[in-house]
Amino acid sequence: MSQIFILADFAGDKSTKTTAELATAAARNGSVTAIVLAAPGAGAILAATVKHGPIANVLVVESADFATHGVAAAADAISQIIAQKSPSAILIASHAYGKEVAGRVAVATDSGIITDAVDVAADLTATQLVFGGSTTVHSKVSNGVPIITVRPNSIEADLSDSSPAVENLSLTISDAAKLATTTSSTPPVKGGRPELTEAQVVVSGGRGTNGDFSAVEGFADSLGAAVGASRAATDAGWYPHSHQVGQTGKTVSPQLYVACGISGAIQHRAGMQTSKTIAVVNKDPEAPIFDLADFGVVGDLFAVLPQATQGVTAQKS
Amino acid sequence: MKIAVCVKQVPDSWAEKKMVNGVLDREGVDAVLNDLDEYAVEEALRIVEAHGGNEEGGANSVTIVSMGPERATEAIRKALSMGANDAILVSDVALAGSDALATSKVLAEVIKNGGFDLVICGTESTDARMSVVPAMLAQRLGWAQLTFASIVSVDPAANTVSITRTTEAGVDAINAKLPAVVSVVEKINEPRYPSFKGIMAAKKKTIDSRDLASVGVSAESAWSLVADSAPRPPRAAGVKVTDEGNGGNDLVKFLTEKKFI
Ligand SMILES: Cc1cc2nc3c(=O)[nH]c(=O)nc-3n(C[C@H](O)[C@H](O)[C@H](O)COP(=O)(O)OP(=O)(O)OC[C@H]3O[C@@H](n4cnc5c(N)ncnc54)[C@H](O)[C@@H]3O)c2cc1C
Repeated sequence: MSQIFILADFAGDKSTKTTAELATAAARNGSVTAIVLAAPGAGAILAATVKHGPIANVLVVESADFATHGVAAAADAISQIIAQKSPSAILIASHAYGKEVAGRVAVATDSGIITDAVDVAADLTATQLVFGGSTTVHSKVSNGVPIITVRPNSIEADLSDSSPAVENLSLTISDAAKLATTTSSTPPVKGGRPELTEAQVVVSGGRGTNGDFSAVEGFADSLGAAVGASRAATDAGWYPHSHQVGQTGKTVSPQLYVACGISGAIQHRAGMQTSKTIAVVNKDPEAPIFDLADFGVVGDLFAVLPQATQGVTAQKS
Repeated sequence: MKIAVCVKQVPDSWAEKKMVNGVLDREGVDAVLNDLDEYAVEEALRIVEAHGGNEEGGANSVTIVSMGPERATEAIRKALSMGANDAILVSDVALAGSDALATSKVLAEVIKNGGFDLVICGTESTDARMSVVPAMLAQRLGWAQLTFASIVSVDPAANTVSITRTTEAGVDAINAKLPAVVSVVEKINEPRYPSFKGIMAAKKKTIDSRDLASVGVSAESAWSLVADSAPRPPRAAGVKVTDEGNGGNDLVKFLTEKKFI
């Protein structure tokens, strides 16, 4: 059976659901090895969390360079692994870091690259939704080891437990990958809510909140949802940038997206229009966001959301 | 300080885009300067302005570098009218339908031979949205990669550049020796509008048009092949209700029917 590699995805020192999604897609093609890039001494702790999804092996590389030299060091390690182990392909999460790592690996290994896949078939044909989700494209890498980045939350993950064999590999990161140095890192502030790109339900607020996100957060909490924001809201400082949905924020594709007080600018749509179901609360019946809505309420979010929150809570109890 | 700014001409964000023979049909749509690249042009101008300006014949310059069809000169003129000094456009029929790998290869070749200290890019193009060209450029050039910058500062005396990298993974401080490849996020600045004087001056600025042979690379077919593409069915028209005191309950009813509660 062919060997296919994935780059395990972490939030802090825990493997994310995205890792299981990558493994689920990869297992259609072959036996899955998850690469874990760790700080010296941290490999075992990280590897122990890579246990959901069809993962046969975990390959741990420890180096202080991953923290200090970021994308370039990770890409260098993966390129060396590809040269040593010749996998059939490598799947990486499609976020800023994952895409940059993939881009460098593609150059270093003379391989074709496909980004933002929403599905990957057994023969490594990738499905992408392009032009703001209006067109479906199927494509395949025709050269080298296919490097494919997969959007979080697009593939239904097989979350069953596995107990992969762990192998440690020691590599020397090349000097060419150490040109830029990270001198400090501040991880994003984590609240109690689900991670935006992994959430099944996202409730977002825009300029219509006028800076008061309590109604949006209340409704989100009743549904166990993540909270998103438009750029108008993050620019005004009402919500952290890490919650921005859109072209220059995150791309989300939840089962349900609720846009509250958001007009539906093209740049906002770019980050949410592949959501399965879309609901809208907006007081302007002409707002373009209604074009995307499966269900829209023309109304004041400060009246509609509290009532809806009460309704949800009442039904749950 | 010689800065290269990589820009791309893209279809207008609102234009309806479609695929023809596996590539984006660029003929039938209005084309503009990728708006995320305007932040890169602006940042380059601010850097040279902070270090004595980019008067002709001075020590500093900003050169626009682009790959695309001949008509990309329209987008390049916009960048020139903002205040860049000159431009290089690589245009060749053999490049039609290029992927990010080919694009980065051509751009790297032009930059390598241009005597630049710094390359600045936008974070992505609004059409392809791959967001990989800056990283690929750094890999090809063997230069430091400092991408997704929300703050950039250059110290010409020390020959260094420092950035604040802002992504979903948090905020990092990164520094490196020049030469380097930087990409900037849209929060970094407010791009200037070209002045009338700038627009007039841009008409006289040089756009050095090159084909592949003069750049010294050969065309390569894309390494990812589109098997098929199809427009997705448009979203079925949804239900719209007006809140007359019951809008929240209506929403809950919809969510219950759809089994979200
Ligand atoms: C290069 C670039 C990148 C960008 N990237 C992004 C991005 O990543 N994400 C993003 O979101 N935007 C992005 N934008 C900005 C985008 O163009 C819009 O400006 C932004 O999305 C608007 O946010 P909004 O919908 O919250 O605000 P507005 O457009 O002002 O809309 C507010 C809406 O709230 C409604 N409203 C007001 N009060 C209420 C109330 N009490 N109850 C209910 N409804 C109410 C109004 O009817 C209106 O429709 C980008 C722009 C550029 C140029």
